[in-house]
Amino acid sequence: MTSELDIFVGNTTLIDEDVYRLWLDGYSVTDAVALRVRSGILEQTGATAAVLQSDTMDHYRTFHMLERLLHAPPKLLHQLIFQIPPSRQALLIERYYAFDEAFVREVLGKKLSKGTKKDLDDISTKTGITLKSCRRQFDNFKRVFKVVEEMRGSLVDNIQQHFLLSDRLARDYAAIVFFANNRFETGKKKLQYLSFGDFAFCAELMIQNWTLGAVGEAPTVPDSQMDDMDMDLDKEFLQDLKELKVLVADKDLLDLHKSLVCTALRGKLGVFSEMEANFKNLSRGLVNVAAKLTHNKDVRDLFVDLVEKFVEPCRSDHWPLSDVRFFLNQYSASVHSLDGFRHQTLWDRYMGTLRGCLLRLYHD
Amino acid sequence: MPGKLKVKIVAGRHLPVMDRASDLTDAFVEVKFGNTTFKTDVYLKSLNPQWNSEWFKFEVDDEDLQDEPLQITVLDHDTYSANDAIGKVYIDIDPLLYSEAATVISGWFPIYDTIHGIRGEINVVVKVDLFNDLNRFRQSSCGVKFFCTTSIPKCYRAVIIHGFVEELVVNEDPEYQWIDRIRTPRASNEARQRLISLMSGELQRKIGLKVLEMRGNAVVGYLQCFDLEGESGLVVRAIGTACTLDKLSSPAAFLPACNSPSKEMKEIPFNEDPNPNTHSSGPSTPLKNQTYSFSPSKSYSRQSSSSDTDLSLTPKTGMGSGSAGKEGGPFKALLRQQTQSALEQREFPFFTLTAFPPGFLVHVGGVVSARSVKLLDRIHNPAFVGIMGNTRSYKLLDWNSFNSDEPETRDAWWAEIRQEIKSHAKALGCHAVVGYSESTSICEEVCILSASGTAAVLNPRFLQDGTVEGCLEQRLEENLPTRCGFCHIPYDELNMPFPAHLTYCYNCRKQKVPDVLFTTIDLPTDATVIGKGCLIQARLCRLKKKAQAEANATAISNLLPFMEYEVHTQLMNKLKLKGMNALFGLRIQITVGENMLMGLASATGVYLAALPTPGGIQIAGKTPNDGSYEQHISHMQKKINDTIAKNKELYEISPPEISEEIIGSPIPEPRQRSRLLRSQSESSDEVTELDLSHGKKDAFVLEIDDTDAMEDVHSLLTDVPPPSGFYSCNTEIMPGINNWTSEIQMFTSVRVIRLSSLNLTNQALNKNFNDLCENLLKSLYFKLRSMIPCCLCHVNFTVSLPEDELIQVTVTAVAITFDKNQALQTTKTHVEKSLQRASTDNEELLQFPLELCSDSLSSHPLPPAKEHLESASSNSGIPAAQRATSVDYSSFADRCSSWIELIKLKAQTIRRGSIKTTVTVEKASPVGDGNFRNRSAPPCANSTVGVVKMTPLSFIPGAKITKYLGIINMFFIRETTSLREEGGVSGFLHAFIAEVFAMVRAHVAALGGNAVVSYIMKQCVFMENPNKNQAQCLINVSGDAVVFVRESDLEVVSTQQPTANCQSSCTEGEVTT
Repeated sequence: MTSELDIFVGNTTLIDEDVYRLWLDGYSVTDAVALRVRSGILEQTGATAAVLQSDTMDHYRTFHMLERLLHAPPKLLHQLIFQIPPSRQALLIERYYAFDEAFVREVLGKKLSKGTKKDLDDISTKTGITLKSCRRQFDNFKRVFKVVEEMRGSLVDNIQQHFLLSDRLARDYAAIVFFANNRFETGKKKLQYLSFGDFAFCAELMIQNWTLGAVGEAPTVPDSQMDDMDMDLDKEFLQDLKELKVLVADKDLLDLHKSLVCTALRGKLGVFSEMEANFKNLSRGLVNVAAKLTHNKDVRDLFVDLVEKFVEPCRSDHWPLSDVRFFLNQYSASVHSLDGFRHQTLWDRYMGTLRGCLLRLYHD
Repeated sequence: MPGKLKVKIVAGRHLPVMDRASDLTDAFVEVKFGNTTFKTDVYLKSLNPQWNSEWFKFEVDDEDLQDEPLQITVLDHDTYSANDAIGKVYIDIDPLLYSEAATVISGWFPIYDTIHGIRGEINVVVKVDLFNDLNRFRQSSCGVKFFCTTSIPKCYRAVIIHGFVEELVVNEDPEYQWIDRIRTPRASNEARQRLISLMSGELQRKIGLKVLEMRGNAVVGYLQCFDLEGESGLVVRAIGTACTLDKLSSPAAFLPACNSPSKEMKEIPFNEDPNPNTHSSGPSTPLKNQTYSFSPSKSYSRQSSSSDTDLSLTPKTGMGSGSAGKEGGPFKALLRQQTQSALEQREFPFFTLTAFPPGFLVHVGGVVSARSVKLLDRIHNPAFVGIMGNTRSYKLLDWNSFNSDEPETRDAWWAEIRQEIKSHAKALGCHAVVGYSESTSICEEVCILSASGTAAVLNPRFLQDGTVEGCLEQRLEENLPTRCGFCHIPYDELNMPFPAHLTYCYNCRKQKVPDVLFTTIDLPTDATVIGKGCLIQARLCRLKKKAQAEANATAISNLLPFMEYEVHTQLMNKLKLKGMNALFGLRIQITVGENMLMGLASATGVYLAALPTPGGIQIAGKTPNDGSYEQHISHMQKKINDTIAKNKELYEISPPEISEEIIGSPIPEPRQRSRLLRSQSESSDEVTELDLSHGKKDAFVLEIDDTDAMEDVHSLLTDVPPPSGFYSCNTEIMPGINNWTSEIQMFTSVRVIRLSSLNLTNQALNKNFNDLCENLLKSLYFKLRSMIPCCLCHVNFTVSLPEDELIQVTVTAVAITFDKNQALQTTKTHVEKSLQRASTDNEELLQFPLELCSDSLSSHPLPPAKEHLESASSNSGIPAAQRATSVDYSSFADRCSSWIELIKLKAQTIRRGSIKTTVTVEKASPVGDGNFRNRSAPPCANSTVGVVKMTPLSFIPGAKITKYLGIINMFFIRETTSLREEGGVSGFLHAFIAEVFAMVRAHVAALGGNAVVSYIMKQCVFMENPNKNQAQCLINVSGDAVVFVRESDLEVVSTQQPTANCQSSCTEGEVTT
């Protein structure tokens, strides 16, 4: 006796969250059944392995049919074939677009191209995530990228509108898209200690302050330049950043800056002497990063540079985070008291974001 | 021109890409009704076209309006080659023809293609302007309402129940026409879909005409079936019960109705009938007047002559009247006389209803069934002349031109069977058959026709106009409460139609009852049941040699009696094993295949308080001297006894102890009783009757004399009860549970197994079949585990044998959750019930505590209350502590692993308006991030798709049906030539059934409804050819589209309300009080 056909169709589509997770994780039906057996479900429900097999097959079939709709979530909402309550629809979408931290760290900042897709095998082996799941995650990134790439307006809003993701997940996707678009290097060994969350945080700050969209809030910007305004860094701004070089090139200015900072922080910093000794190096590092951003290559290495030029020196001197915060605050604020320096707004736009990023990046 | 049909094509969405180059589609729409076609403009390059067409107007006869479907075809315009069809939508405009139903059909319909399935959706608006030209109502029957529901629809009351209506139409099956060889599968499928749609329309119209003739205005319990006879044609047949229904118009009328449905019923006799027509002398009136003058003897002689196949029943029935006189006094005799004569006027006193207004059912005799094996001949048709090219829209076949003799053959077949049923009913001293249904099973050229029902004595009040009210009232006052009345035997105890063991009724102690009762109807609302019911199935396979024509038919009809006998024995054994004494909703299906016959009987077992306690099962061995054998036997006996005891506990069957003196009759001996009268005939008039009782055996003894018997006993014990928290039944509602919550999940599950063809034996076959059914049930319990505590209601199994070694089982049912906290409620003693009845108003408020105490004190006097609680809780799998208090939301929170649970909580939140529960919902939210739901809610909340509920039941728990919008009757064919690509047979059928559900929902939504009740999948014919990578499936579904309103929205009296309502039909039928 063999089962030729075995189906269950409910008027309301039944969705088993556990099986959905197994399916998303890319397990085959056989593996999924084995995992479910291990979870002790048979003992809880008194079911047999055959029942479990049939149930799993059924859910997998349903998910397979739903997958086409999940590629364009608004379709899932308007389709008539599967009657699914809104809360469940949201869950299906949210889970489908969720990604693994380990996976996203591997592809973050990489071009979402066929080439990268070919490397998924290696990523799968390295991270222990099934190839199927890697593909789904990669395809999700790519799909979102493709859809919002040419769109105007807020990146997060666009993603949310076209993929009906939760706010948090939409922000994560914005970061992924932003990183993929600007190809920031995140894979270097030095950067391995950073989590996706760290990068996403930086991405959000950069989108808010350094892109065309950030200035776009002023209505003066003509429409033609609005394209990709949240995805690309503001070229003009990057050009202008060269002007900051004077802060380290002009020795008087540098000394003055240092003395202002030191005066303000004396007695307040546990690592004052180290700071005093390192001030010029640190300042040079930060300003040079800014000045180099006109080159695409250097934009990509932004995080590498920040870690090399600032995070690592401080960490080797065992600066506590609170001291880093004091220093960075004072360091950016003091510039306002430098009479000879004319690019205060530019400095604030640069340093405001950078300070946020550095504080986030500064950990073990 | 009595009607103007207006159609507007608004827009399309999600269309498939038809032009690969542009990835877009140039869509336009053809709207066709009858022979008139309109077209919209081509909407270029869009997958979401906005046609916004003018109103297309069709001026048509109302006859056509009833027969024809509106056909909407979406096409892709192609400048150079033929336009490609994207898909079609058939819209049945019948619902627009009743005054009270829908006024407009408007909404998104899935565009369906028989090869590709659903391909996008189209927004259509349809209206009908009917010119009420009453004189034209000769050929059309507009205005007659149709209901699939097999009870009086909720927002109507029955003025008169006229009786049986039937009709059938026959045509050649387009699939078997010569033209099918040259046309595409798509064209062939569409021809078939359209033809069946036309035939259904015609059938419905013809039935409507009959109803009008009977002066009725509605058909209830309408069941339409297709017989795909292959080469010999296509038969569409329907049966139903004609009624005169009266709408309970003011909404205020239902609100009190949910408190006491009896009130509304009570008023009927006194009501001024708002419809004067029904009071005027219908066909039955003069005859009824005549009957007053009939002397009993006259009436009986009439009866015996009325049916020529009557098996000399006159003396029996005559005696029956004698006993009736003894029991019920002159009124009863009079009543019987009136009813009989009223019913005699009808050719077939049959009723397709399974649930009745209180007081309608007087006595129930037992199940009557008849089967007949027929050979199908090719329908005699003049050569098909429809050679009309292959593109023009030809009317497929004008069956009117040549079907004149054919339906008569089929009619005669059915008439023969019905006659037999009628005579069986008479043998049981009954003049009517209720819960009547007909079915067929076809394999090649052999066809088994089956009919079954429950013989019954009815109260004439509903059968004719209210002229008998005076004496009726009197009679009812004298004899009621008749909560046990329907159990009392309608036949004479001295001259029983079959050996039966009678005792005095355990309820009223006045009249005789049988020890076991089998019926095809739902449990009457006023019946007293002890404990809960359960699904009981008998399953059986018999191998048969492959044979041709006559020989095959003979072989089958020779096998049938044995199958019936065994099915019956199995049912009886299983019933006893459950410790129960009555079966309701019995449905025995015999399926014929190439090399085997399958029998599947499903019913809901209950313990009727009025019937005696069933005896156990005793096992006897043949070789009493063998010691080890004896030991084995006693071991088996012990196992059986244990199972009975366990079942009694499981189903909470603990009848009150009754001292024997009161009963005044000895304890009934465990004996098998047959309530089943059936017969077969093989293309002939030969009628054989089989006595299904076990001869004159005193005790119910299973003799283990060979391996077969051994296996039988084993199979008895292998049936596993459902897991705790689950109940199942095949009736509308589960006896013993009456606190349904609003969560329902209707589903269809299909399984096909392939038998290994090697040396198949009956035993192996039986085991395979048994396993198939049991595993299917187990899977259902597992899948629906998140709904616990819940009950699978209206479990409907259908078996078919699509090929030599394939067995297909299709199950449709609905899972309904119930409130565990009050699930303890079982039966109450008579006194308590009447007490409660007296204080119906207070009961609303007090119900919960009252139930608890009445429960533990009265119906379970023996075990201490605490123990009882625990045993019940172990059934439901929830610690007693949780259950003891009212609903504790937080304790449920972690259990909310699925949306069903989530929604349930939500529903309760709304009802109770508590803030605490909102937190629970958040916690229960599947996504860990608490804010997620709130944030993502906006994009999802604007979903345009309204929820449409589907249920095989006639009601929706926790809701009130406010309007019936019309019948849904849809037929779909799906075919594929890329089976593997579509996920194999399972993927193919899964998608198709999901699509069928979607199309039903879309039609209901377009009618303005939000649910389908009495939904049934009448046919699911699946054929595959994996070698060719092909498969085909035909599905036929029907139901009633309704509008329902949640009780919680109607009024917030108490959370008890939904229960009270959906059970409204279950409260006492106090017609006299």
